[in-house]
Amino acid sequence: MKRRGISWFAKEGLLGNNPVLVQLLGLCSVLAVSTSMSNAIGMGVAATVVLICSNLLISLLRKFIPEQVRIAAYIVVISGFVTAVQLLIKAYFPAIDKSLGIFIPLIVVNCIVLARAEAFASKNKPAAALLDGLFMGIGYTAALLAVSFIRELFGNGTVFGISVFGGSYPKVLLLTMPAGAFICLACVVAAVRYFTMKGRSKK
Amino acid sequence: MTITELLLLCFSAILAENFIFVKFMGVCPFLGVSGRIDTALSMGMAVTFVMTVASAATCSVYNFVLVPFELEYLETIAFIIIIASLVQLIEMFMKKAFPPLYKALGIYLPLITTNCAVLGVALLNVQNEYNMLQSVMYGFFAALGFTFALFVFAGVRQRLELASPPKSFEGVPLSLVAAGLIAMAFSGFQGINLGGSGFFPFSLS
Repeated sequence: MKRRGISWFAKEGLLGNNPVLVQLLGLCSVLAVSTSMSNAIGMGVAATVVLICSNLLISLLRKFIPEQVRIAAYIVVISGFVTAVQLLIKAYFPAIDKSLGIFIPLIVVNCIVLARAEAFASKNKPAAALLDGLFMGIGYTAALLAVSFIRELFGNGTVFGISVFGGSYPKVLLLTMPAGAFICLACVVAAVRYFTMKGRSKK
Repeated sequence: MTITELLLLCFSAILAENFIFVKFMGVCPFLGVSGRIDTALSMGMAVTFVMTVASAATCSVYNFVLVPFELEYLETIAFIIIIASLVQLIEMFMKKAFPPLYKALGIYLPLITTNCAVLGVALLNVQNEYNMLQSVMYGFFAALGFTFALFVFAGVRQRLELASPPKSFEGVPLSLVAAGLIAMAFSGFQGINLGGSGFFPFSLS
């Protein structure tokens, strides 16, 4: 396997292979927690920590986990880290725990974590797996932030809870509703596709 | 618990709190298998079966094992292990007992383990402090709502194949927009007052 630098991982996680906008994984959590930007940051950090830890441990254990039970083993490793993160959030950030609610334990079944374990961590050295987890997590957080920025700014007239347009701004309530989440995510994905296609045709 | 309360629970689980369109659980398999009506129905049946049995299993494990030993914080790990082994068990049982049914549902069964709707329903049962009967009913009707959403959306998607959207909207983005429009229809059910028993994250006023 050829050596890859940090920039390769950064480019892969943020743009070329972004877990949400390109691979279209973990859409449930993106749709659900993108109502506000502070939610997005909380969820993004929680998922990134889980991704880094599970990628590292699975990569360390890759020679010991038998082929047939690997998925079950991955799920147990992931759910262990998710529980740890959940308890930490509950203890130190009770407000985030309250607003994210059930979606923190649901990181266990977030397809991104399992997909990275299966597709990358189980085949690569620990250092590479750690970097992959870090930048995939950042890519996920960036996508979440992009969607929640649009939804919070236009749906509620605020950014991180701070009013931007002033009190008389007519709120686009649709964006704060579930329907708006689907449509907004669709537009962000389409925009990313449009610009990647444009970039490719230039070359 | 009265019959009226049970009926309200069922109604809200299917329509007002539809798992896909309101709670955003199970969106991945929803986008994956809703291409055709018959596969959507098969997947829905498999999920309904697993979710109902998983609700009963996780509810009893939580109340009879985790609570007495004060291990509630292990619920996520316990539930996912229960669900994974349950899916495996159901797969083996169906292969032996009902080969035709296994042939129809076979490929969807492993996918269900990582369907967030199944783990979600188990965690929601605990969060809402449902008893055994309520848990099983909630699991069953939430899964029916999931199947209903899958079925409706499969019909819409078959029509979408004939559309010619801009190139960047082809495929998943177009499906997401269609899902958003259906979600708008579903949000109409939230305006119905269910006697204050429901949990509505978004007010329409």
